[in-house]
Amino acid sequence: MPDFLLEIGLEEVPARMLASAEAELLKRTLALLMREQLIGAEPAAHSYSTPRRLAVIIRDVLAQQPDITEETTGPAVKIAFKDGAPTPAAEAFARKSGVAVSDLKTISTPKGDYLAATTLKRGRSAAEVFAAELPKEIAAIYWAKNMYWRPGKPERFVRPVLWLACLLGEEIVPVTFAGKTAGRATYGHRVLSTGDAFEIQTPDSYLAQLEGEYVLADVELRRQKIRKALDKVTRAVPNARWREDEALVDAVTHLTEWPDVLLGNFEPAYLELPEEVLVTVMRDHQKYFAVEDVNGKLAPHFLTVTNIALTDENAPIIRQGNERVLRARFNDARFFWEFDQRTPLAERVKLLDNVTFQKDLGSYAKKSERVRSLVGVLAALAISRDALLDAPAIEAAATLAKTDLTTELVKEFTELQGIIGGLYARSQGLPATVADAIYDQYLPASAGDAIPRSAEGCILGLADRIDTIVNMFALGMEPTGSKDPFALRRAANAVVKILAESTLPLTLSDILTAAAPTPEVNSKVKAFFNERIDFYLREARGQAYDVVKAAMAAGTDDLRDLVARAEAVTAVRGSEDFLAVSAAFKRMKNILTQAHAKGDIASSVVDHDLLLDPAEKLLAVTASAAASAMEELQKERNYGEALRVIAALRPSIDGFFDKVIVMSPEDDIRANRLALLNRTLEDLSRIADFSEIVTAG
Amino acid sequence: MPSVVEKKKALTFQELLFTLQRFWAEHGCVLQQPYDLEVGAGTMSPDTFLRVLGPKPISIAYAQPSRRPADGRYGENPNRLFRHTQLQVILKPPPERVQELYLESLVAIGINLAQHDIKFEEDNWEWPVGGAWGVGWQVMLDGQEITQFTYFQQCGGMDLDPISGEITYGLERIAQFLQDLDSIYDIVWSRNPVTGAELTYGQVRLHEEQQFSAYSFDYADVPSLWKHLELYETECLALLARAREVLVEENTDPLQVLRFPTLGAYELALKCSHTFNLLDARGAISVTERVGVMARIRNLIVGVAKIYAEQGRLTTAA
Repeated sequence: MPDFLLEIGLEEVPARMLASAEAELLKRTLALLMREQLIGAEPAAHSYSTPRRLAVIIRDVLAQQPDITEETTGPAVKIAFKDGAPTPAAEAFARKSGVAVSDLKTISTPKGDYLAATTLKRGRSAAEVFAAELPKEIAAIYWAKNMYWRPGKPERFVRPVLWLACLLGEEIVPVTFAGKTAGRATYGHRVLSTGDAFEIQTPDSYLAQLEGEYVLADVELRRQKIRKALDKVTRAVPNARWREDEALVDAVTHLTEWPDVLLGNFEPAYLELPEEVLVTVMRDHQKYFAVEDVNGKLAPHFLTVTNIALTDENAPIIRQGNERVLRARFNDARFFWEFDQRTPLAERVKLLDNVTFQKDLGSYAKKSERVRSLVGVLAALAISRDALLDAPAIEAAATLAKTDLTTELVKEFTELQGIIGGLYARSQGLPATVADAIYDQYLPASAGDAIPRSAEGCILGLADRIDTIVNMFALGMEPTGSKDPFALRRAANAVVKILAESTLPLTLSDILTAAAPTPEVNSKVKAFFNERIDFYLREARGQAYDVVKAAMAAGTDDLRDLVARAEAVTAVRGSEDFLAVSAAFKRMKNILTQAHAKGDIASSVVDHDLLLDPAEKLLAVTASAAASAMEELQKERNYGEALRVIAALRPSIDGFFDKVIVMSPEDDIRANRLALLNRTLEDLSRIADFSEIVTAG
Repeated sequence: MPSVVEKKKALTFQELLFTLQRFWAEHGCVLQQPYDLEVGAGTMSPDTFLRVLGPKPISIAYAQPSRRPADGRYGENPNRLFRHTQLQVILKPPPERVQELYLESLVAIGINLAQHDIKFEEDNWEWPVGGAWGVGWQVMLDGQEITQFTYFQQCGGMDLDPISGEITYGLERIAQFLQDLDSIYDIVWSRNPVTGAELTYGQVRLHEEQQFSAYSFDYADVPSLWKHLELYETECLALLARAREVLVEENTDPLQVLRFPTLGAYELALKCSHTFNLLDARGAISVTERVGVMARIRNLIVGVAKIYAEQGRLTTAA
């Protein structure tokens, strides 16, 4: 069976879009082949991409769809024939089916005899299917940003399509898209190859032929080549290594067809600038890798990944160009660093009047005021609960936190806001506690980040974000669907993470109350936070959705406690006793719900004199004992043991349901039994609502 | 460290300009002169901003001195200028394989592609005040951005068909690159063919940078600038209002339609834009005012683009 190749030749595709487009092209092509019955169940398929091409190769494609025999049912025989002669109904059916009336047959159905026709649906050739269907699949590929290029705007795509190559075995499949009809011609590397088109022999020879023209189409091979070259080139510097940066490796992999790595140097004098600034210039602005010594300290070198093979002739030229660019950028950074220092952060506080935070919320000066008063409240609260905190340092940090927005360095490197402020604070002699809190204020910026190093930094981070969230909600600017222009979800994720992972004795309602929202905003923000807590427990803590639901039902205020409860439930949820107890809780809840629907509203006061059956007496005693034991254990946050106490109730719960009919005809007995169930549920649901645990399967 | 570039062989600044202009002329471009009004970029010249509108094909190239008052550094920063020079090429519609054509132009100015690392990195262009955007690349040569390459998609808030390809060369950066220099001011502007005497960029232009930086940052009179802005704006708005009477299907006087001074209205809008930039450099526009003033200028520029398109439609139809 022949192999299939499709290559779409493009002007340089943005690096950030390549990986997903490559995967989507493969997925779409495979889905098409499946749908059209042109491949087996487990096809061997691969995809490739470079900035100038997307390609897929699929092994063993059927050249031809199988023919399909179909039987179609027509009109009833009594309508189709009159006096033995075919009526127009019979003739119409025969015509539609493409057979003569004499070829129609009769089938018996429960509704009577009907005419039927057997037709043969000829399978299409794979080439026909591709020509008809593949253009639609190519056109449907998602791009974050599209363009028109041909007059009349017939199609949009990420960049102009330059060529298409499509082969089934050795044969061309003349697929047409964006005004190009596929042939077997492709192009090699822009500079290293001749620039002329060359012919692909077969899908099998595609990769090797491209490699002969200096294109490494396999993304993983390119990535490995880059990593190896980075290692090799760095060996020229004694006791040094390149600083690992997966995102940067990814970016340069998608920027090159034939990568190579060059080592460049800069004046050691620039190392006086903060490492954060140097690395940002190299990584974000120049896509250079930083080089560090064995202690992780920056060394005066950089690595650039070129899209051309380096030679003794071109390497010095390319090095010289890159070194000059970096020197200019470092000079700029040094100029800004020194220029900014002439106005200390303290003098910049008043400049915040002129920096808008949000048009309805005023300037950053106003925001800083609000955050400063918030950190005061939160620090006092934490100190009242025996936390060790430097309250004046937090207030100083809150006052200065946003002043770096007025510096030239942050205007130039916006991604370093906060960090720059922290660096300036340190170099201007402010206490380390203040400087570090400013430096860490935007942590965690993403799920993988750590929380601020100090309790002071944590409080600043909490106050800044809760202020933004509550005020934005008050303006009706909450996130909706995929729209979250102020990144409030990210802010809330950070609040949840700090509350759950720091040692601060603060709860969610503590910080919410401090921000003093209206009752309406408060309930909206709470619901919003519940989503973020749910997300945190599932994504960051890996908890199952039912455990999350169960644990959250028992409270979402103290987040560290919530995490401990959820983890304890996860630890025991596999045990047979626990699952049985969970199932029993579900049963109790159902009984109470049904009784409630009938007007039996359960109290939680059990009258022990009305307990008749030994089984219900036993449950009352054991459940009440368990409740007292749990109360003690919960104080110690010994949730593991508390859950074992609950699991140990299984025999008495099972015994109860075996022997006792809750819905007794006698009103007082029934009410008392419902009260017993209600009380048991209440007492034992303070760790989690176990009825939420999925027990079946 | 001695340079690996043979400096004597590198093009002078003016040779660089000649060579690129000749290259594009030989590829069918009309060579236009720089626009004689203050603009922040070659894109704002009517030869780009207005000519990309409508269906008429055009290939045009011109050098455009571009003023950015806030970027001035009194001539003290070796890499930043109040006024730099762009070479702007507009190709409407862009020919097939326009990137190859662009790379040929680099060869023409003495860049041996095999000796350098060239990448086309995503960089999308946007000018909100002009209701304009496009997608494209910054062209990186050994880590230096030397060209902005854009496929215009919208202008004046209107979809373009056909689209235009725009190639903007940063001439100072390229000259600095070719001559391997750390400072723009050391660029050799010209070399006397008889004596071999060299004139540098600094000798030709430093005093402009010094004086215009001082003017933009220290001297420009803020109340006067606000007045200028208002005067230009008022006149531009008046013309836009007149346009709504003149540029209508029912107007039976084709000459009046043809002669309506849309280009004059555009110059007034450009004056506003430059005045805004001066006020900005003077630090006279607070953050809250900024959005409002930009919206006013956008109103003018987008308004002009709309009447330009309408005028084009009416005059072609006639």
